[in-house]
Amino acid sequence: MLRLPAAVYAEIVAHCLGGLPDEACGLLGGDPASGSVARCYPTPNAAASAKLYTVDSRDVLRADRDAEARGMEIIGVFHSHTHTDAYPSPTDVAQAPDPTWHYVIVSLRDSHPMVRSYRIRGERVDEEPVAVDPR
Amino acid sequence: MAVEVRLPTVLRSHAGGSSTVSAEGATVGEVLADLVRNYPGMAGQIVTDDGSLHRFVNVYVDDDDVRYLDQLDTKVADGDTVSILPAVAGG
Repeated sequence: MLRLPAAVYAEIVAHCLGGLPDEACGLLGGDPASGSVARCYPTPNAAASAKLYTVDSRDVLRADRDAEARGMEIIGVFHSHTHTDAYPSPTDVAQAPDPTWHYVIVSLRDSHPMVRSYRIRGERVDEEPVAVDPR
Repeated sequence: MAVEVRLPTVLRSHAGGSSTVSAEGATVGEVLADLVRNYPGMAGQIVTDDGSLHRFVNVYVDDDDVRYLDQLDTKVADGDTVSILPAVAGG
């Protein structure tokens, strides 16, 4: 289960829409034990592509340090799929760095954004529920 | 040189759950080799068999990504922090 405060959910979707026509991406800080996200770190897509995304290494370090200073950890990443379903692509699975992370994908293919979250362990992809906390 | 090495969550299980360990070396490559000597479970996960940095990790000396410096030949000084974080990318 991934828990997103409503403000973070809105920030993720807005960043993804703002990144069009390219994919957009960012990191999620929170509590690894509960899967509760407390902070969103939107980043530029260093790949500047509609088919790929890369979070610049300096942005990864910056987000990691900020999260640590707040007593959190980076617990996941989000990115958009501009023309495909909200499901991890073979590239997403091959490059998933951490089996404990939450992989959030926002599909912008249809008129309404679709937000889904996955755990990726090796080749295995498991969807998990996304709870949006209205606070 | 003794440096502090910050580990990403995915490698911590190989170091008894520690997020930070110490390692010795004059370059990033030596520090990472020392790390793997102390924690053999990390072998192949940071540096590939052909001796280059694994493309799924980022390694930093203090604030700088070693890919923009001298890669594994980047020098480290006593008290530096070497951070290992996941490289975050996909499609």
